Amino acid sequence: MTELIDLVLLAMLALTALKIIFLKDLFAVVMLFGIYSFLSALIFINLDAVDVAFTEASVGAGISSVLMLGTLALTGRTEKENKRSSLLPLLVVTVTGAALIYGTLDMPPFGAANNPVHEHVAPRYIEESPKEVGLPNMVTSVLASYRGFDTLGETVVVFAAAIGVLALLGVRREKTDNVRQSGFTDHYVLRIIAKLVIPLIILFALYVQFHGDFGPGGGFQAGVIAAAAFILYALVYGLPSAFRVVGPKFLQGLASFGVLLYASVGLYSMFKGGQFLDYNKLAVDPLAGQHYGIIIIELGVGITVFAVMLSIYYAFASQTERGNT
Amino acid sequence: MSLVLAAVCIAIMVVMALALARSFSSPTVYDRILGINMFGTKTVLFIAVVGFLMGRPDFLDIAIVYALINFIGMVAVLRFFEYTAPVE
Amino acid sequence: MFILDIVSSALLIAGVFFGLTGAVGLFKFPDFFTRIHAASVTDSVAAILIIGGLLLQTSFDLNTAKLLFILAFLLITSPTASHALAKSARHGGLLCLAETTNKPTDERPHD
Repeated sequence: MTELIDLVLLAMLALTALKIIFLKDLFAVVMLFGIYSFLSALIFINLDAVDVAFTEASVGAGISSVLMLGTLALTGRTEKENKRSSLLPLLVVTVTGAALIYGTLDMPPFGAANNPVHEHVAPRYIEESPKEVGLPNMVTSVLASYRGFDTLGETVVVFAAAIGVLALLGVRREKTDNVRQSGFTDHYVLRIIAKLVIPLIILFALYVQFHGDFGPGGGFQAGVIAAAAFILYALVYGLPSAFRVVGPKFLQGLASFGVLLYASVGLYSMFKGGQFLDYNKLAVDPLAGQHYGIIIIELGVGITVFAVMLSIYYAFASQTERGNT
Repeated sequence: MSLVLAAVCIAIMVVMALALARSFSSPTVYDRILGINMFGTKTVLFIAVVGFLMGRPDFLDIAIVYALINFIGMVAVLRFFEYTAPVE
Repeated sequence: MFILDIVSSALLIAGVFFGLTGAVGLFKFPDFFTRIHAASVTDSVAAILIIGGLLLQTSFDLNTAKLLFILAFLLITSPTASHALAKSARHGGLLCLAETTNKPTDERPHD
């Protein structure tokens, strides 16, 4: 049964990818990219990787589509015709793909119990994690505790992306306060429904943040969902109103604060006599120390991701506002 | 009961494939947006049914996220569509 | 719990029926505004029936609350999105079927 679902989803994925390549209307291409993200998240769900599906759905179908639409509003809507023949690139791609598939024939069978990937690190995490960390969601314990340093690197990478976008584009504020020009000014239904729905989305983001220890979720997904709520506000009520609620300078401070929070947990555990990011030293009882450490760094990750996503959206959208007033 | 759930699963996938086909070839661009909206809401129902089929009700969190993202994506598409005039 | 299973299966199958007719209606209807009618109405009805069928499968715990939340959210946002789409299409200049066919004035229905 799951194989059948997998097959149908993969077929739809392949068809969507082919249609994306052959369509010339970039607006439709962006929407089909959103569908592509939805489908790959469904495949992840079928493979029982729930946290990954969460992140793929919120980032791929939500934030990426909105940012690409913002870019499209600045550039043209149709793709240029490609006059040259694409026979040589097709040949190169086919040869490379055939070589890669030939290489995978040598790998151990998919999902067999005595594969090397199932033998060494994974059983140790699965067996020791309830005793050492004590959280029901093992993905969070691996992500936040066993591989906490990698997650610090990921958070810094997200922060660096924000620095890059802000350095290149910057957020342009309007000199005059033209609130009525942007946003859906005459869509009354949409404005009222957005007012109703935005607090629920923020509440759900907080639920995902703090429930990441017990079910699918965590800091990254929560940050993206909270940013999506504020992006909805900016879409419906206009960018100047959004600037008054959460300003760009405040967001830059918030992003730095998240990364600093994460790193200072590591420094504090060094101060207490352990290694960097050794949560056992944070409290008298090592298990309680692990829980404190994981909650605080997830909070840091969530704050940084929220601030970074919203800053990037502000940078993209303010270019559109500037070009169209 | 799981037989009924499996049949419902397959039927919802057929509906999703039809909505996708609508968004591939459509007379106006608004038809594409309509197809994608339908795809999104059917995906929410699909995840809920699959969750009950596999006995993992954790999937309901993902269904909530999909419903949110579908709505926000639709609002973004309509908003940015105002800035570029329709081609057709 | 046999009667619960039967009622739940009936609701699920009815919901799927509405979903299928909505998807077929996306292709069969002549005009965009009629198509949006088919898609959004059947979407809401199918959501109510399918989630209602799933609600009967849960014991009364957190999953019931989550399903009710999904239902409330879908019922609030899906018609709003369709309304915004129709308004945007009208704003973009799309004409409905009665306006595109050139009828002489004495044949139009009196209202």
